[in-house]
Amino acid sequence: MTLEILEPGLSTTVQDRGRFGHYNVGIPQGGSMDQLSAEIVNALVGNSLEEAVLECTYLGPKFRTSEPAVIAVGGAPVDVKVNGATAPQWEAIELAADDEVSFGFLQGGTRYYVAVRGGIDVPLVLGSRSTYALGALGGYLGRKLAAGDEVPVGDTASGDVLTGIAPELRPAFPAETEIRVLLGLYDHRLTASGLATLLDSTWTLTPVADRTGLRYSGPQIEWKAREQPFGAGSDPSNIVDAGYAVGSIQIPGGNEPIVLHRDAVSGGGYAMVATVISADMDQLARSAPGTKTRFVAVTMEEAVAARAEGKALRRSIWG
Amino acid sequence: MSDTLSADSLKGTARYTWGGDEFLFVEISEAMSLAANFKSNSMATRLGGRALPGVTEICPANASLLVRFDPDVLGAAELEAATREIEVEVDNTTHPVLNTRLIEVRVWYDDPYTRETAARFRSGHQRPEGTDLDFAAEVNNLSGAAEFIRRHHSSPWLVSMVGFVAGLPFMFQMVPREQQLEVPKYLSPRTDTPPLTVGHGGCFACIYSVRGAGGYQMFGIAAAPIFDPAQSLADFKDFMVFFKPGDIVKFRPIDEDEYKIIKGQVEAGTFVYKQVPVTFDLAEALGDPESYNTKLLENLNDS
Repeated sequence: MTLEILEPGLSTTVQDRGRFGHYNVGIPQGGSMDQLSAEIVNALVGNSLEEAVLECTYLGPKFRTSEPAVIAVGGAPVDVKVNGATAPQWEAIELAADDEVSFGFLQGGTRYYVAVRGGIDVPLVLGSRSTYALGALGGYLGRKLAAGDEVPVGDTASGDVLTGIAPELRPAFPAETEIRVLLGLYDHRLTASGLATLLDSTWTLTPVADRTGLRYSGPQIEWKAREQPFGAGSDPSNIVDAGYAVGSIQIPGGNEPIVLHRDAVSGGGYAMVATVISADMDQLARSAPGTKTRFVAVTMEEAVAARAEGKALRRSIWG
Repeated sequence: MSDTLSADSLKGTARYTWGGDEFLFVEISEAMSLAANFKSNSMATRLGGRALPGVTEICPANASLLVRFDPDVLGAAELEAATREIEVEVDNTTHPVLNTRLIEVRVWYDDPYTRETAARFRSGHQRPEGTDLDFAAEVNNLSGAAEFIRRHHSSPWLVSMVGFVAGLPFMFQMVPREQQLEVPKYLSPRTDTPPLTVGHGGCFACIYSVRGAGGYQMFGIAAAPIFDPAQSLADFKDFMVFFKPGDIVKFRPIDEDEYKIIKGQVEAGTFVYKQVPVTFDLAEALGDPESYNTKLLENLNDS
């Protein structure tokens, strides 16, 4: 069976849990930006959590099913329409052949996910179906969807369709958020007041936010002046090009911190000063431009404990 | 090499720090040097050899090492202890060598593709008149673009890191620091770079693997692919990315005719890179770089 794409939306891509093991040659992990939402919609239609879904950004696609299908939509709040009639989010939806699915405007957040029972069945590339558009790799022909595409859907789903998901398990999309970070990497290159500015300010997410990273506006952050080491660039925020941790925060020139996300470049010449803990990467991805954000420093022990809480939450969904 | 760090001066000096709960970052040295890169690469190889459960990515970079791990499988303290042990092993290697390969990369310098792109992004460039090559020659006090090109392809380059985007090699020139070509990056990054552009920023050369944004000065275009997701050429049969950290590159200048011949071979699927296995000896390379490079590059002529 296929989904025939009538309108592609702004940026609709095939994503799964990500592509690991090739970061050393610059191939990013990719995968659904908001993993929890993607996992929940997979659970709702009875897929395993490895199955690929459609990630829709701001303006969603319009598509037609070639055969009867079961889908679920979750993530950022949006009106779901089947043949023009409103359908629920966070619930399995049964479709007949030739049903048309479309979406209204987002009411918060940035991305929502469409799971189809059987999973989006594009070929595995380096162990993943995720789209890496810059490298024209994975996903549907290595790119975001276009009108006329016929997106294949698998015919094997092992689990039962769920009736719904408890409201308290659904992710929230607040206009203000706290993101936990672990200081480190090159934080010693900031002055004490520069570090305090990072942690004590409320940052506003700019429209420069996509799968590669999120840029925040706020006050200037002060770097320590120094004579730059050989091979590093001329600015105090420059280092000899190094690998970038996913979730790390860089502050080129002391202006507008950038948090790297799943499709970020794998390395570069800007010093990183902190890294978003793994448990908060989904929450970060849910931010819409304008979201007021505070970066809260935690310890490694707290980061590991938060990660364990996330795992417990997932167990309550998946059993 | 006169002011290049020796392997001895880097013993036990690495700095260990965390990139969140999934990344260990080991800074070998703040400054770039062959010795720092060699140590990063050696540690990466040894760490890979241990096959520690929970280590998911090992990414050697120019003068640092990034390790990704699953903290549910391997604790941070345990990983740090293992990596520190490996650092000591590497530091205690009496005669460090790297078994690698020497690859000839044919480049059409001063080609029309990069020239056209450079012209489009000229406003705001450090030297709005002329080309990136003219600028590079000027800042390196060379007589002109031709002399810069000659210096660019006369010595070997070590692939010191692969990344940024898929398969992009950063290369470090294997000559004493005072002879290294250094060129500042664009003041403001371009939104476009032709694929296979041979670029330069700071002390690093690169080859852009895909079309896209970039901030390095542009000197020419490589004729053959370095990233082939379709894996249609023989050199990509095992993996879609050609370069590995530790590879040694020799650029060879070509003209338009040869460029077109290679393009034809690529299209026909018959192109193969000229490459030979070599053993890179750090002490010898640092001791007498000029004669070491001459000897090293002879391997390519013999093949």
